[in-house]
Amino acid sequence: MTPELRVMRGDLRVPGGSPPGGGRRHLLSVADLSADDVERLLATAASFGRSLEREVKKLPTLRGRTVVNLFFESSTRTSSSFELAAKRLSADTMTIRAAGSAVDKGESLKDTALTLGAYDPDVIVIRHPQIGAPQLVAGCTEAHVVNAGDGKHQHPTQALLDLYAIREELGRLEGLHVAVVGDVLHSRVARSLVQALALVGASVTLVGPPALIPRGIEAMGCEVAYDIEAIGAADVVYVLRMQRERMLEGAAYVPSLREYSARWGVTPERLRPGQRVMHPGPMNRGVEIDPRVADASHALIGLQVRAGLVVRMAVLYDLLTSGPVGVPAAAAVGVA
Amino acid sequence: MLWAQAGRKDDLVVRGARVLDSAGGLDAVLDVRVDGGTVSQLGRDVPANGHRVIDGEGLLLAPAFVDPHVHLRSPGREDEETIASGTEAAAAGGYCVILAMPNTEPPVDSAAVLGALAEAARAEARIPVGFLAAISKGQGGSELTEMVELAESGAAGFSDDGRPVVSPGLLRRALQYGSITGLRLALHCEEPTLSGDGQVHEGAISAELGFAGYPSVAESVMVQRDLALAAYEGQPLHLLHLSARESVEALRAARERGIAATAEVTPHHLCRTDETVRTLDANVKMNPPLRSADDRAALIEALREGTIGAVATDHAPHARHEKEVPFEAAPFGVTGLETAFGALYTHLVQPGLLRLETLLERMSAGPARAYGLDPPRIAAGAPANLVLIDLSERWRVEEAGFRSRSANSWLLGEELQGRVRLTVADGRVAFQA
Repeated sequence: MTPELRVMRGDLRVPGGSPPGGGRRHLLSVADLSADDVERLLATAASFGRSLEREVKKLPTLRGRTVVNLFFESSTRTSSSFELAAKRLSADTMTIRAAGSAVDKGESLKDTALTLGAYDPDVIVIRHPQIGAPQLVAGCTEAHVVNAGDGKHQHPTQALLDLYAIREELGRLEGLHVAVVGDVLHSRVARSLVQALALVGASVTLVGPPALIPRGIEAMGCEVAYDIEAIGAADVVYVLRMQRERMLEGAAYVPSLREYSARWGVTPERLRPGQRVMHPGPMNRGVEIDPRVADASHALIGLQVRAGLVVRMAVLYDLLTSGPVGVPAAAAVGVA
Repeated sequence: MLWAQAGRKDDLVVRGARVLDSAGGLDAVLDVRVDGGTVSQLGRDVPANGHRVIDGEGLLLAPAFVDPHVHLRSPGREDEETIASGTEAAAAGGYCVILAMPNTEPPVDSAAVLGALAEAARAEARIPVGFLAAISKGQGGSELTEMVELAESGAAGFSDDGRPVVSPGLLRRALQYGSITGLRLALHCEEPTLSGDGQVHEGAISAELGFAGYPSVAESVMVQRDLALAAYEGQPLHLLHLSARESVEALRAARERGIAATAEVTPHHLCRTDETVRTLDANVKMNPPLRSADDRAALIEALREGTIGAVATDHAPHARHEKEVPFEAAPFGVTGLETAFGALYTHLVQPGLLRLETLLERMSAGPARAYGLDPPRIAAGAPANLVLIDLSERWRVEEAGFRSRSANSWLLGEELQGRVRLTVADGRVAFQA
């Protein structure tokens, strides 16, 4: 028995009090979540975290449910994490990648969604290079849709797993100060994280070269600094991946990778003792993060990966069990 | 030149409508009689003489509208719009004249393409339509079109709309050479190295949603450049679909210095802001993008005072499958012919942001003047170009209701007040609800 799950079960609810059968829920953007939603998901994830310490890690909770992973962009950690999360909950999973699928033959996203929708999946997890793709899929299928990253827009499960990892590491979220360093402009992770941190009462400073900090982003309730010194005050330094194509001719967000690293690279010298460093991966060692920092932060980055698994389990569980059908709590706790 | 189907002009009497033609100082409940397509009599108890009688009681009768900016998608994309469907949609929106932009496939950059369009318009246009020709060959921005031959073939003006004239040298040549045609150059103001791959207005909302920003300065620097060239050459020009406060301010300053610049603004820029793109609905994606509340306020003020003299729909039909994609993959453009008056009456006149008289003027005489066309009038002896409107009718914008071949409206599902009941274009009843 895992009594934590029984306790959690009582807390799960359909937001907005939608009637059974109506108000199909999705996780498309952190902007759609309330502070209560975040708290509930993190607590559910924590109880799954405890269940994963057991010898038999599989729970029968979502037996008979189908989770389709639809990945139009390369992904290692997110797709494997969603797949394993679904499997740990005994759901049937199917992962479809753009390469080698009908998408290669010019099929539209709508038709792909309609085709997969005909299998009556319970959840479609989608990653797509274009903003708004998950909304489109949500509009043309009956499945719950989880956004696993759409263009530069949102990556809500990444933000949730980061909150989870920070809380595991530091014991709290409220009142923390997080510096997000690097290419904010092109980062869905940064946007989701800023919103998620605001929901739990943490403050955020975005740090990076002016052209890579989007104009007007202060309206999201964060501070902006162009000087790397600004990371000094943070409890957590969250380093974003710097993509090489940003330096290409015509883009010229920064003059060179060399100058970027010299100015904004996170080095041991720029950190103070006790600061935690996180990175959503994949890292460019020697570009946005000094290899010594990367190695010293390895434990926390590993924690992020494990957090990804339990948070995604919590998201799938939350979407499906507080929906119209519901899964008996007993089934969730009957293993061991 | 304008072209339309040939046909008999109509005889009719509109009885008892509020007749509003502020250019003629007219605002009274009157009967208006049309004989052979010409307004023959305004008065009370005008005899019908066997003419078709239309009951105008409780309705508004005004000079019909002129849309200086329509994409008819012909030739090349007749699946999206044709001259027939586009002019039918225009008639339903209260328009008596529309001007079509030349960014078709192929573009209207030769007398041969223009001649074929004129031929088609004579066969299928429900209301008179004029065609602008391209400024540069293939709208490629490097070589001028044969502007004189195009003018002699009946072009209504010149534009590379859809894209800017990037080279200031070429624009200067167009102003110089084009001056001998007496036709207007109409400019799409966008500095491409600033708009880049921008999807929506650059500001707090693009920052939050992650869209590449299309800053207002991408428009206004081009407006300033174009006005400077027009001033230097002493030539008039027309600025298309202005969207930004800084553009309006540059235009106002230039007009105060005596530069003969006119401009237009779309209903969507007057009614909406970039808040709307939070829906991620591809039907609110257009170029220029919806901008901030401050930009919107500047556009309304400019329209009110006359710095911007024309409302233009920039009616841009797109096939359904091309808009049913993620926002970033969708083409720019929204339709507008059938909803322009209702949208502006609902969102500007009813809340008290613009007087009805001003709206009617900016939808009719204003755009006509910008291109040197005769402004529609309600006066004895004038060709009958009339729109009869029910200002109290509320209606829902629905996909099924469009006469356009496309339904990519930014207003789908919205309720509007004010609806066109009858349109008379060049003496013929072109639409009756």
